[in-house]
Amino acid sequence: MPLSRKDVEHIALLARLYLTDEEKDRFREQLSNILDHISKLQELDTHHVQPMTSVVVEQSRLREDVAGPAMPREDLLRNAPDAKDDQFRVPPVLDSNR
Amino acid sequence: MSELHALTVVSALKGLRAGKFSSRQLTEAYIKRIEEFNPSLNAFLHVAAESAMKAARAADKKIAKARKTKAKPPPLLGLPIAIKDVLTVAGMPATAGSRILEKFVPSYNATSVQRLLDAGVVILGKTNTDEFAMGSSTENSAYGVVLNPWDKERVPGGSSGGSAAAVAAGLVPVALGTDTGGSIRQPAALCGLTGLKTTYGRVSRYGLIAFGSSLDTVGVLAHSAEDAAILFNAMAGYDPLDATTVEGKAPRIKLNVKAEIKGLKIGVPKEYFIEGVRAEVVSGVRAAISQLEALGAKVREISLPHTEYALPVYYIIAPAEASANLARFDGVRYGLRVEDQNLIEMFSRTRGQGFGPEVKRRIMIGTYALSAGYYDAYYGQAQKVRTLIRGDFDEAFKQVDLIAAPATPSTAFRIGAHTGNPLEMYLEDVFTLPANLAGIPGLSIPVGFDQQELPISLQLLGPLFSEGRLLQVGHAYQQVTDWHTITPMDRL
Repeated sequence: MPLSRKDVEHIALLARLYLTDEEKDRFREQLSNILDHISKLQELDTHHVQPMTSVVVEQSRLREDVAGPAMPREDLLRNAPDAKDDQFRVPPVLDSNR
Repeated sequence: MSELHALTVVSALKGLRAGKFSSRQLTEAYIKRIEEFNPSLNAFLHVAAESAMKAARAADKKIAKARKTKAKPPPLLGLPIAIKDVLTVAGMPATAGSRILEKFVPSYNATSVQRLLDAGVVILGKTNTDEFAMGSSTENSAYGVVLNPWDKERVPGGSSGGSAAAVAAGLVPVALGTDTGGSIRQPAALCGLTGLKTTYGRVSRYGLIAFGSSLDTVGVLAHSAEDAAILFNAMAGYDPLDATTVEGKAPRIKLNVKAEIKGLKIGVPKEYFIEGVRAEVVSGVRAAISQLEALGAKVREISLPHTEYALPVYYIIAPAEASANLARFDGVRYGLRVEDQNLIEMFSRTRGQGFGPEVKRRIMIGTYALSAGYYDAYYGQAQKVRTLIRGDFDEAFKQVDLIAAPATPSTAFRIGAHTGNPLEMYLEDVFTLPANLAGIPGLSIPVGFDQQELPISLQLLGPLFSEGRLLQVGHAYQQVTDWHTITPMDRL
């Protein structure tokens, strides 16, 4: 099933991924080809098959809920593009749909 | 004694302990090689010459002290190694081959790295990789392609192509890689190395920049099965920081020098000898299987009937997981930010500029496969077919102890050969993907050369947690053949 340009724009929005017009055209074609190949899976009857969600079959065990050493705040903030007063700084959130 | 840069891990450790050379001399020899050959090969993204020399001097002191007190030194004390740039080393850049992490310097060590440091290694630097380990050639690195030391017009494979080229070229004796769909076995195969993909859950993923969390594994690119076993022993085992590691102590692999593989049942899956596999690869792999038979193994044909579905399953599951994992790169906590007054625009422009084409493509596929209305048809169906692929292996391992097959359909291909055709590139991994979907370990070992003198490799696959068996068979083969000792070091 070939994707439309609108499909590509919708997926890019969901993924928060800015694409140029040229990228949209190229991805429309390439993604359509890839999805076409992937659709081969539809030919298998899997009604009675359980989905595989993990390689590790054993039930994961929760560790004890005790506080351990945390990474120093300054180490983590050092990689931030913008930080102030021990916090990450971002553009306004509430009026971002203005 | 061979030149320092041509040593295996086994011989380097022996020499260090015997005092034939110091860690300082060894480290210096490799740094010199890196300075000479890395500008053309582009295998290293970051060379930590200064900290490596410091670590080497400290190792020499410890070696001297251990000798004086007759104490047992840490197992890898003084051994230079390289780390693929998707694993964190505290204080060294971790780019994952991406512009979006160009300036990221993590403050912590991946568990695999920490365990090797505890065992005494000297880290020479970080190796080049396809962006976020997505690729089969290193052509997707934002920092330029790595050249194959056997033929500099060809790719070294990927995504651990930097690690593969560095070891093959004698810039480091051994390196860590990661394997999500073949990213250790395929570059090892294309560079003539021994590449170990570990069982999912055997080596901690903590500190591995996540790509496909149900598929990602950490492993080794080395000159021999013996060398790979030494690194594996130092890294394997439960880690409280990775909930998917298996509890309990990992059994230590001890390779038998006179490895006997008499009576071992080896299955050869007919689905791995299909049209499209190069004739020279088939004959090289068949010859290696005959060699194993001559060593006493019992070989029979088997079937893994769902093999043809591995590629479509993988290209739903891996991009789906990647699209979720890579959501964290949003210009807030680390990495690139492209400023904008609007928050959503800031996210989207940062990601648009920071990610390369293949990463974008996979984010798009994954987002689509997980989106409302398509989830069941794509992701749900892929998870079910994944069960069938795992079932193929479960059935096979009721009949045989190991599976032997080609590692790749061809030998190293030319740079640019698949540019513009992502699907064609994906097909390069057609024989390595199934192991990641099933979670089982795999080993690729060099078994010959094609007419252009490019390495041909055999892939061995075993049941979950059978690394010991895989390495033992690899070792047995390497005891009676010398393909793994032939390197491109002298023709760079």
